[in-house]
Amino acid sequence: MISISSKSASPGFRKVKDRIFFGAVCFFSCLTAVPLIVILWELVKKGYKQINLSFFTDVAPSTLDAMMAKGADKIIPGGIANGITGTLIMVVLAALIAIPTGVMGGIYLAEKPKTKYSHIIRFLTDLLQGTPSIVIGLIAYAWVVKPLSSYSALAGSVALAIMMLPLIIRSTEETLKMLPGSLKEAGLALGSSYTNVVLRVLVPSAFGGLFTGILLAISRVMGETAPLMLTALGATVINWDVTKPTSAVSLLIWQFYNDPNLVDMIWSSSLFLLLLILVLNIIAKNVARKWRIQ
Amino acid sequence: MHSSLLLFSFHSKYKSQKSKMRDKIFKILLLLCSLIVLLICGGMVYSLVSGAVPAFSHFGIIDFITTSEWNPRPDHEEYGALSFIAGTVMTSFLALLFCIPFSLPVALFTGEYFRGTRVAMVISSVIELLAGIPSIVYGLWGFYTLRPIMVDLHLSAQGFGVLTASMVLAIMIIPYASSLSSEFISMVPRDLKEGAYSLGATRMEVIRYVIFPVSGSGVFASYVLALGRALGETMAVTMLIGNTNNIPNSLTATGNTMASVIANQFGEAEDLKLSSLIAIGLLLFLITAVINLIGKMIMTKFSKA
Repeated sequence: MISISSKSASPGFRKVKDRIFFGAVCFFSCLTAVPLIVILWELVKKGYKQINLSFFTDVAPSTLDAMMAKGADKIIPGGIANGITGTLIMVVLAALIAIPTGVMGGIYLAEKPKTKYSHIIRFLTDLLQGTPSIVIGLIAYAWVVKPLSSYSALAGSVALAIMMLPLIIRSTEETLKMLPGSLKEAGLALGSSYTNVVLRVLVPSAFGGLFTGILLAISRVMGETAPLMLTALGATVINWDVTKPTSAVSLLIWQFYNDPNLVDMIWSSSLFLLLLILVLNIIAKNVARKWRIQ
Repeated sequence: MHSSLLLFSFHSKYKSQKSKMRDKIFKILLLLCSLIVLLICGGMVYSLVSGAVPAFSHFGIIDFITTSEWNPRPDHEEYGALSFIAGTVMTSFLALLFCIPFSLPVALFTGEYFRGTRVAMVISSVIELLAGIPSIVYGLWGFYTLRPIMVDLHLSAQGFGVLTASMVLAIMIIPYASSLSSEFISMVPRDLKEGAYSLGATRMEVIRYVIFPVSGSGVFASYVLALGRALGETMAVTMLIGNTNNIPNSLTATGNTMASVIANQFGEAEDLKLSSLIAIGLLLFLITAVINLIGKMIMTKFSKA
């Protein structure tokens, strides 16, 4: 601090340096937007041609069909219906597992913030949140795939649920902590039971935050590929049976990427997946803004 | 009148007993839901360890970690994790290095220069969206856009390698590094900054001599947590690092990370190889856990001070 004035004598030079620094900060900050724009642009440019009705209703084409279409210089027939349904099943199932447990666990942590047990649970939640997705895939493999001796949508959704759980717990806890304590006291003073206060006063008041947390958790697991490679594996047909191998949009992208004949399909499927996730993200943000706790 | 009052008191007593019961059940339910996290973590460690035992007992834990040989030929099977550990550490630290020139300005932009303004909100939304892009899409972008550039620059023959992987990885961890450190930068007390301004400091000098020293450990912690993210990234790295089972001997050399070798070879793995892959998963879990723990510890210390 003291050395500031002695180091650079001229105030003009210091001001110039300050301006340059400010310019650099602005420049590099704006530069981080470039990857987003470039990626979106590239996906739209290369992918929009493939997106038509059959893209949503047909299953992924076989290598042979794709090769013939390419030879005839036509658009590859088929779509990603098996991936869309698979993603839908697995995400919905994962949400059904993770939302109730996550919200309840979050309520527990918010209600008993200072006990030793709560500290341990909070620590383990962070640990789980930091665990690489591929390791969670290994776990779901050991817990579901091995006992059922088959890859399955169920295993995939267990992996996704384990990834969603810590996100939901922490967001629930953070939201509930922001509620004024008087809210709960008022409910209890009116003679309401504890259960009713939590479920009919606290949770509705925190609804915006809870919903945002849940949407963000869903959007985070929606594009996951690595854990699904170890659990759901993929399938060439639309599959509604949760105990059978199932495809997902992200798995299809991986499959297309590895098949020289189908490689043109990656752009449209990536575009679809990315738009889905971005829309979920934007909805989550708007909900958060609208339902903000005053 | 009298009897109705009696009835009322009886009714409310009955009701309160019932709701007490309900409260008790509800509280137990809450406890059980929080307990699930403990069970998952415990079960995870148990499953990983029990899955890794065959590999560890066959090769020895120390040998497994310090051998770079990965040979799946029957009868000559030999598995070691060293080259993958090296690949993971190289890509993650390089990614961390590459992400600093972008995440630090973003943190200053949103946490200091334009704190609370619309512009800052736009930039932080962009950063959040960047975090939402799936790993596999980053991988595709790296493969079809970045890799040809690397080839054109004659950095490597096919464009695969540690450098390409860590550049994409750097973009992927910018959101994690910048959003947390922006929070710590915005938490620097106003009077400290104003004190420096009143002494005639320019904004840059305030940042350098006040904001960085005060928020430094918090910012450092957010970079440690970003490193934890980079260590476990799978798909983008798998698509770009080249997938060769050796220790990368230069920045443009190909290699494999712990996550990518699991993703690549799990499908065809059996017996000893499967166990070795699970052992690598266990090591990866331990490394990320330790890194995250360090980051969290620095952060708790910082927010207490």
